[in-house]
Amino acid sequence: MVQSDIIIIGAGPVGLFTVFEAGLLKLRCHLIDSLPQPGGQLIEIYPKKPIYDIPGYPIINAGDLVNKLLDQIAVFKPGFTLGETVTSLEEIGDNQFVVSTNRGTQHRAPIVMIAGGLGVFEPRKPPIENLERYEDKGVEYIIKDPEFYRDKRVVISGGGDSALDWTIYFAENKIASEISLVHRRTSFRGHLDSVQKVMNLANEGRINLITDAEVVGINATTTNSLASVVIKHTNLGEIIKDADHFIPLFGLTPSLGPIADWGLEIEKNAVKVNTYDYSTNRKGVYAVGDMNTYPGKLKLILCGFHEGTLAVQSAFAKIYPNKKNVLKYTTVNGVNGF
Amino acid sequence: MSVMDNTINVTIIDREGKSHLLEAPTDMNLNIMEICKVYNLPVEGICGGMALCASCQCYLESDTNLPEQGDSELAMLAEAFHVRDNSRLGCQIRITEDINGIVLRLAPK
Repeated sequence: MVQSDIIIIGAGPVGLFTVFEAGLLKLRCHLIDSLPQPGGQLIEIYPKKPIYDIPGYPIINAGDLVNKLLDQIAVFKPGFTLGETVTSLEEIGDNQFVVSTNRGTQHRAPIVMIAGGLGVFEPRKPPIENLERYEDKGVEYIIKDPEFYRDKRVVISGGGDSALDWTIYFAENKIASEISLVHRRTSFRGHLDSVQKVMNLANEGRINLITDAEVVGINATTTNSLASVVIKHTNLGEIIKDADHFIPLFGLTPSLGPIADWGLEIEKNAVKVNTYDYSTNRKGVYAVGDMNTYPGKLKLILCGFHEGTLAVQSAFAKIYPNKKNVLKYTTVNGVNGF
Repeated sequence: MSVMDNTINVTIIDREGKSHLLEAPTDMNLNIMEICKVYNLPVEGICGGMALCASCQCYLESDTNLPEQGDSELAMLAEAFHVRDNSRLGCQIRITEDINGIVLRLAPK
């Protein structure tokens, strides 16, 4: 188990800069992020986009800002656990928390700083009644191992690259015994050659291409797993398609994820904090950046930097209740790393 | 409908069918999603206006001429639900004089 002073959940710009401010107080940080690289949405969503409201930089690309933040905090040698999603927060004795990830990694620290930004990106689930009841009983949103679908009848729905690519993969590699692709429109928004391939496969009779249609319902077997899907076609009405698996592929959508179940006060999809020190209703747990909310909240990187700075001061006082902490200027003292 | 200085009228019909006539400034570089949030209408705008979450999806119910949809908006609408031919993302509709009198209905969540 990795022990540090502060576990920071989320390695976006605010999580990264919090490492710096914690380091000035000689507090060691460990960052956990579900993305495979640090930088959060700045790297994942808009690395090439310019940002104009970082003090001292009239213009800076999101990717460059992340690189500069990484340079700035390198001296404090933060730990990184990337590509893993936090699942649980557990309070153990001695004022310590244990944070676990989906891969079973465990981290221990007296302070947990949530800097989760937009949250985790989870599969977008279509509005089909009782859909969740059949998850892992024939309904999957992510294809982990294509072999799982060997000789099965598979229905994929969606119109983006992911739906097209998997349909092609299943058909070309003759994995599924029957593959159907259901899409709401006649046109697809994927790469042109993928669209062409799907059209060809449909013409050759190797896939069932059902356009102008949506999956609207699910029928179950007597053992409560998937038996068939109900497809509503614009012109043909209702079609029942027998299937062993239904895979809706509609991209990802941001959500609070497991943090929503940690007993934190949630308002407007964000964690409520006290603006005195950005603490949550759980002692030792703070929330900074886009994931928190308070009266007057602005979702700006700039504000997140400020929030992280104040939060680590409070964290210091909690870890060392008997130590006096005096604000030291970097201009006077420099930056003394670990 | 008169256009006051730098202000236009926007009608938002909420998910209960109630109509809200809003005054929206044209000189603050705002979009429909932001105006809805300003007036505390139930629009989440989770992604902050990057056309990534579709939480501001609405249906255009007036014959307002809107600029063509961009790639990011079309890509998002291809994967969102409850999409109709007149679907738009509120975050991609800028508040300008050209859309004075626009009527939009919030799509289901």
